[in-house]
Amino acid sequence: MASSRLRPFIPLIIFIVMAIFLGVGLTLNPREVPSPLINKASPAFTLPQLHSPDKTLGHTDFVGKVSLFNVWASWCAACRQEHGFLVQLEKQNILPIYGLNYKDDANDAKRWLIQYGGNPYVASAHDLDGRVGIDWGVYGVPETFVIDKKGMIRYKHIGPLDFHVWSKNIAPIVKQLQAE
Amino acid sequence: MIPEIGHFALILALCLALVQGTFPIIGAHKGIIGWMELARRAALGQFVFMAIAFIALTHAFIVNDFSLVYVANNSNTALPLQYRISAVWGAHEGSLLLWGFILSIWTIAVAIFSRSLPLDTVARVISVMGLISIGFILFMLLTSNPFDRIPLERIPVDGRDLNPLLQDIGLVMHPPMLYMGYVGFSVAFAFAVAALLGGKLDATWARWSRPWTAIAWVFLTIGIALGSWWAYYELGWGGWWFWDPVENASFMPWIVGTALMHSLAVAEKRNAFKSWTVLLAIFAFSLSLLGTFLVRSGVLTSVHAFATDPARGVFILLFLGVVIGGSLSLYAWRAPTIKSVGEFKLLSRETLLLCNNVLLIVVTATILLGTLYPLLLDALGLGKISVGPPYFNSVFVPITTLLAILMGIGPLARWKSNDPDKFKKQFYIPALISIILGSAFVALVYGDFPLLAVLGVTLAIWIVATIILDLKNKLTHRQNKLVALTSLPRSYYSMTVAHIGIAVFIVGITLTSHYSVERDVRMSQGKSLSLAGYDFKFVGVDKQRGPNYESHIGVVQVSKQGEHIVTMHPEKRYYIVQQNPMTEAAIDAGLFRDIYVSLGEPLPGGEAWAVRLYYKPFIRWIWLGAIIMSIGGLLAATDKRYRVLLKRTARNSADNTAAAKA
Amino acid sequence: MKLKQITIIFVLSFWTVIVQAGIYAFEFDDPAKEQRFKQLSEELRCLVCQNQTLADSNAGLAMDLRKELYKQVLSDASDEEIKNFMVSRYGDFVLYKPPVKTSTYLLWFGPFILVAIALIILLRVIRSSNKQTPTTLSDADHKRAQQLLSENKD
Repeated sequence: MASSRLRPFIPLIIFIVMAIFLGVGLTLNPREVPSPLINKASPAFTLPQLHSPDKTLGHTDFVGKVSLFNVWASWCAACRQEHGFLVQLEKQNILPIYGLNYKDDANDAKRWLIQYGGNPYVASAHDLDGRVGIDWGVYGVPETFVIDKKGMIRYKHIGPLDFHVWSKNIAPIVKQLQAE
Repeated sequence: MIPEIGHFALILALCLALVQGTFPIIGAHKGIIGWMELARRAALGQFVFMAIAFIALTHAFIVNDFSLVYVANNSNTALPLQYRISAVWGAHEGSLLLWGFILSIWTIAVAIFSRSLPLDTVARVISVMGLISIGFILFMLLTSNPFDRIPLERIPVDGRDLNPLLQDIGLVMHPPMLYMGYVGFSVAFAFAVAALLGGKLDATWARWSRPWTAIAWVFLTIGIALGSWWAYYELGWGGWWFWDPVENASFMPWIVGTALMHSLAVAEKRNAFKSWTVLLAIFAFSLSLLGTFLVRSGVLTSVHAFATDPARGVFILLFLGVVIGGSLSLYAWRAPTIKSVGEFKLLSRETLLLCNNVLLIVVTATILLGTLYPLLLDALGLGKISVGPPYFNSVFVPITTLLAILMGIGPLARWKSNDPDKFKKQFYIPALISIILGSAFVALVYGDFPLLAVLGVTLAIWIVATIILDLKNKLTHRQNKLVALTSLPRSYYSMTVAHIGIAVFIVGITLTSHYSVERDVRMSQGKSLSLAGYDFKFVGVDKQRGPNYESHIGVVQVSKQGEHIVTMHPEKRYYIVQQNPMTEAAIDAGLFRDIYVSLGEPLPGGEAWAVRLYYKPFIRWIWLGAIIMSIGGLLAATDKRYRVLLKRTARNSADNTAAAKA
Repeated sequence: MKLKQITIIFVLSFWTVIVQAGIYAFEFDDPAKEQRFKQLSEELRCLVCQNQTLADSNAGLAMDLRKELYKQVLSDASDEEIKNFMVSRYGDFVLYKPPVKTSTYLLWFGPFILVAIALIILLRVIRSSNKQTPTTLSDADHKRAQQLLSENKD
């Protein structure tokens, strides 16, 4: 019977399938958590602005334009890496960049911006206790959201932004969203 | 200088492994005796050089040679000597060296204790082990060299210190025990491959593999138990198993090893199951290797993972492909030639053992599925999920319940066939007793009736009750019961002891899972709290200094109904170099319960601390069960039959040398 | 290679902080609520740790999420509501007990299907091995068998 001749090969076949998955696994990052907020409305929030605490920044401010929402903090080492790029990006005037200053001391944060090359943000929301961060599913800093004209989250990047990530992943999306 | 010698020794070991892995196996195929005899000599040479390499690395740690990257990353001048030595296997590169060294030890052991085996078998077995050695040594030399030097201008004055969690006796012993187990399964694997190549799969092959497998299994049991015990007293959450991917990676080979031991017994006694047994031998070692991959490749997230590096993962995956793919291909090709002779009826020991093996493999497959499932979904783009203890516990319990029931029935079944009616009837009373006693115990001792707790205790009693029944059957027609008892074969005792170990283990898990009590509380000086009938009084916190840390030591007085039982000293240490806080829990261990106190964070205000109190009933029975199982395994490995074989081989080799001299 | 090594070492130097249990006492008046809090914190995953529950982690985010969990348990939110809260922000990854959906049918039902298949194959293998012609006993063997059987009766 053909099947009984093939039966001894079953363990080998199972192993090969498993090895293929393990091989693919080597290219994946098991610690990266994808966001369930993609294509959903921005979680509602209203927070005092970092530089002008009497003014507020909220989810309603995203409506009407495509923008970046960048989560950052002065205690975050990787944020230093991306800061230079953000400052440059802002100068190109492609889209407004808003910030979420996450669990940070306000003075430390303001000083950090000056120290590392300027303020690329239209405004930064000051999330002292991190509660808004939880609503946005923030788990690691820095993180960057792309928000469309209706205020819906369309993309999330985890980790520092650089030119490569921007031009390959984010710029095309931004262009498409701005054309909508 | 000495590290260079170590490095060079490693290269020489590779050369010898290359010889060991090729000439003997080709010699066996072509019948070239000289090439086959190279096996033992190459194995000896490889062992010598691996030993030199291992000693060289150990020496570097002892003398604080921080010019080696590995030593600088894992040691420190303030590190006590015993931990400087254990730091040798504390991280990736060194632990690989330990793996390779242990492999050379097992190989030389096989070379020595195989005098009565035909030369071509010995040649093949040692060659296969040599091929595995090649893989590991090459892996080290190409990607993970423990002897890498730091450039002269950057040699640090002092090292980064060993991870404080590893500065502990439990974790010193845990890796060597585990590796002795993992590597030990390579012997059964090599025997299986050698038998497939040589085409001779008979009872002798099974008898030869048994003691080696049993010893490897004992080491693995102890290694896993040590890890579990360490996690309990060190990590501070009172848990002893988390179904973490790396823990699963050690558990899977153990389960398959258990199935393998049972299967080898049948293959030897009844000449049946041979195909199965070969496959299990391949699986057991394959799972050991898979564990190596999972721990070091970064494919899965785990607290236990070594410095994970996908580039290294590629090497290991290729190695897996060659070893596992190669052996499974060989099996598929040769399987039709394996003929098992024994016939057996549906109700027979053979069938029950087959059920046992099938269930054990299903358990292994289940754990593998759960461990790899997040990877599976992610690779298919179906999102990211987590699979943790809730899942594993839900699927593990039903299947192991079936196994526990079988464990009571199997040993009483005779080979080939049993009369169904008579067989069935003898179990009614033990079953009834188990259910009554199990229910009574839970209801009386704990005053409630959770079904799972009752099930667990009932199953444990069932296992013991059927053992008593079996003894009664065996002693029924004997005049002198004592003589009869001592004349039972050691293999019977090894089985009985091991099964009792499992019963003890089940009791421990069941009662600790259902009746542990835990509270996180704020305690200020003088405050008292009650938990599980004990009163805990927080007296205060002292400060102290250790060799490479500073600590806060809490003082907690425990009493029961007014009578003082013990004063406990939970500690919080701050290791100077790595700047990390570490909790050393205070545990009052007992056979029937542990009391566990852990010092948390000081609360704002300065006077109070967060303290965790635990009452853990029967938790020691978990590791006690493991120890008893290991004793069973040792009994199995030291069965008289193998010692007779040993004496005969010694006589044989003496005769041979005498004949050669004449 | 050097930079990667340094990064790995840098990252690893922090993991000891996170591995050990974080003990921060949350006060509960109601023991049932305390029990629920404990159970939920053991079923939810710490997202920044290397495989730890919210209960066992010292990490900043874990502490924040535990505080949030505490608030919600106190305010009588049901288990399902709390889990939905977490999942809507972090995805299924945050649950240690994977939800039963199409993509996880294989996970949840696989083991039991495997047991069933295995037992069926087992029965077939044993039945087929029994189809071989039974050996016939000689008279002497028959007598011996009778003797042994009668011994066993008592």
